[in-house]
Amino acid sequence: MLHHCALCHIDLDRISVRRGGQVLLQDVSMHIHCGQLTVLIGQNGAGKTTLIRALLGQIPHTGTIRHVDSHGLDIPHLRTGYVPQHLQFDHEMPLTVQDFMAASFSSRPVWTGVGKKTRAAVRLALEDVDAGELADTPLGRCSGGELQRVLLALALHPAPDLLVLDEPVSGIDRNGLRLFLDTLIRLRKTHHMAILLVSHDLRFVREYADHVILLEKSVLAQGTPGEVFSSPEFSAVFGTGDGEEEENA
Amino acid sequence: MDGIYSVLEAILPLEAFRFDFMKNALLAVLLLTPLLGLLGTMAVNHQMAFFSDALGHSALTGIGLGIILGLRNDLVAMLVFGIIWAVMICLIKQSGSASTDTIISVFSSTSVAAGLLILARGGKFAKYSSLLIGDILAVTPTDLLYLLLALAGTVVLWIILYNALLLTSVDSFLARSRGVPTRLIECGFVVLVAVAVMLSIRWVGVMLINALLILPAAAGRNLARTSRQHAAWSVGIAMVSGITGLTAAFYLDTSAGATIVLISALLYAVSLMIRNIRK
Repeated sequence: MLHHCALCHIDLDRISVRRGGQVLLQDVSMHIHCGQLTVLIGQNGAGKTTLIRALLGQIPHTGTIRHVDSHGLDIPHLRTGYVPQHLQFDHEMPLTVQDFMAASFSSRPVWTGVGKKTRAAVRLALEDVDAGELADTPLGRCSGGELQRVLLALALHPAPDLLVLDEPVSGIDRNGLRLFLDTLIRLRKTHHMAILLVSHDLRFVREYADHVILLEKSVLAQGTPGEVFSSPEFSAVFGTGDGEEEENA
Repeated sequence: MDGIYSVLEAILPLEAFRFDFMKNALLAVLLLTPLLGLLGTMAVNHQMAFFSDALGHSALTGIGLGIILGLRNDLVAMLVFGIIWAVMICLIKQSGSASTDTIISVFSSTSVAAGLLILARGGKFAKYSSLLIGDILAVTPTDLLYLLLALAGTVVLWIILYNALLLTSVDSFLARSRGVPTRLIECGFVVLVAVAVMLSIRWVGVMLINALLILPAAAGRNLARTSRQHAAWSVGIAMVSGITGLTAAFYLDTSAGATIVLISALLYAVSLMIRNIRK
């Protein structure tokens, strides 16, 4: 199922995570290819978030994560960009989208204001995800979809090798979700990076994913959406297998 | 010092400021209020109002321990104990063993009880009662120098820490994914607040210190849209309350600390009204 690609990829080899005697992930191996949208699906508790945390280096794991170029040689650094599921923050905080982004873009403390250069950089980053108009909006007033765009813009700076998005669809209506995925598909082409998306919306997965990975503590099936959706493992996890009625598996 | 005094007299040609102790008090206010106003913005955004209150209370224990250990200098005892206390609260909070409110409450009541136990031995607490309400009129030029150094140090650290702290207060998991050492940053902030609180407590008092940290920042939050506006409003409101409160206290013959805090409270009420009108 894993074929050679001409571009670089991130190579996960037998990743396992145990906590308190419990196995959360068992020997998960996969390739996440540059220029592709790889989508991780599975039931709640299948270990999707655990895998992301291991990838981001936030929880201990066994096995190796390598960043490999087109000739199979190791690239020393793997820079990850991360878009969380949601933010838990005080929505009344006096903080604009521009302040929030500038805190990462510049070392000048935001309480002294945002410099011209940084302002321009922030605007450019927001425009890149079709959110240029949000710069002066207070962060707490952004809708779910707008916030995802802001977080995406932030995750793209500095430019990551691997962009990880954790269920960025909850709290967004279908239209907003479609727009967000369209943006991702465009970025996949224009930015040199691999994208790993955790998704619950199987209908969109079928439509947008280049590569699908079905996880249930270990990898049950992976391949093109068509291959995975017609696999017996998929039917075992999600039922009928066509995925149409599955909104929030 | 004389040069500064004459400048003050020129700016504030009031009878009250013909006295050197009032000029010293005014200078102390001009140093303390921006310090607390600046730190207050993050204390409010980080939902740590209750935490700074607990820190203020721990000053009592600090002084008590200083006496037991035979330390001459109250301030050193308070600073050391305050920092240790702050780091302990921070570490326990990060271990996530109980809700933050509960942890802080445990620390706060323990430190008050321990402080009282030591200071009130043999019914001698009256000697320390000035700690509770503070005495800003007793500030000396040497104290002012310490305050100036503290303000300068805080501003420098505030410049270094702020952006990372801001990201942490929005979402610590996101901050960590961007390489921010969130635990270290949080503890750094807590230590900074501890130092500011301990330095201010002799002048403002255990009972009022938290009000000066929280009220201007809370009022500024009602008026500001951006981080910069928040800092500016908070520092501005703190300084205005400080100067008018000190002046009013002189003419009304009231406690300076209490008058300053009441004026901040009044400004907070006004800010709340403005916010509701805007909505």
